[in-house]
Amino acid sequence: MDVGFKENILAIITIDKNKVSSGTVPTFYAKDEEERERIALLLSKITMGMVHDLENGSYVIVRH
Amino acid sequence: MFNYVYIIVPSIIVGVLSRISMLRSDYRQYPSYPQGVFSHLTLGIISASLGSVAIPAIAEKEFAAVTFLALAAQQFRDVRSLERQSLDNIEPTELVARGTAYIEDIAKAFEARNYMTMLSALITSIIIFIFVKLNIRIEIAVVVGFLVGLGAVIFFNRYITREKVADIAEVRAANITFDGPLLTVNGVFIMNIGLKASQEIYQERGIAVEIIPKDANAVATLANLGQRQAIQHNAAILLGIRKDVDEPDFTPIARRNPHNGNVVMAILPMELNEKRLIEAVSSTVVLESAKRKPLSTNVGKKAAD
Repeated sequence: MDVGFKENILAIITIDKNKVSSGTVPTFYAKDEEERERIALLLSKITMGMVHDLENGSYVIVRH
Repeated sequence: MFNYVYIIVPSIIVGVLSRISMLRSDYRQYPSYPQGVFSHLTLGIISASLGSVAIPAIAEKEFAAVTFLALAAQQFRDVRSLERQSLDNIEPTELVARGTAYIEDIAKAFEARNYMTMLSALITSIIIFIFVKLNIRIEIAVVVGFLVGLGAVIFFNRYITREKVADIAEVRAANITFDGPLLTVNGVFIMNIGLKASQEIYQERGIAVEIIPKDANAVATLANLGQRQAIQHNAAILLGIRKDVDEPDFTPIARRNPHNGNVVMAILPMELNEKRLIEAVSSTVVLESAKRKPLSTNVGKKAAD
């Protein structure tokens, strides 16, 4: 049986610490947009998830 | 039973011909060649024999033999679930899924084709039997039965041909734009693509279509998720898709414009050719399980006005 997270936020990558307060979802802080892009890309490849932009400095990764 | 060779043999031949005429391994590669085709051919021969022995069995007052037809029906229902199961099993290996509705449609087609094989054999045997009973020479009876059987095969083939998307809607090229991270096609939001690199790839290599339904029936049919999945699958198969399993960003998604029921789809094909994409979408079959006909009711007619 295939067990896994689906339609869940798997990770948050942000450059604005004030916008995120999460105790359950792994959160990654990036120093600038370039690093955020890179982390998001790497995480999406690891989790096979999709990167979504929340336009407030944060990206979320969701597996659909 | 050997007295009825002149009924059984021509009927089996017609039945098998009917199955072969419906056994096309085209671009869908389903049934897969050579093993899938072979097993379906064998099943076709079995169903043709069942159809052809029914009349001789009745003539011999072997009524028990006729009940075998009922058994055959059960057998072919199994064909349907077999096909469904095997397609379900390979579904996770598809880059762009077929979708359950498409699978159901294919499975249904396989069941129906076996019945058609049986029916064409049955029709042939009935014609030959009647002609012989009317004291017409056996040779003539066989030839006429054969021809009528072939006519039945052609009729069935026409009758079961499914509509294409082109029959119910107009397909046009559309524009891809980004509203922030939101991928939009002709103003309809498709999905949120976060990575800038993916957005650039969409802008460079993405093409899109808008499917404009011709009437209220088509609007309802195209709204079906299974129908849209089939369109995505077909477009991805025919044009090739620039995607791998770890790139969900590049999955083609057909979204509906809730205002007017138009469906838009963006895709990253291997072959950057809008005309081919339009052809691929137009040639997708309209799934039986997706088809709706609100216009054939009073309520639907009035609502459409």
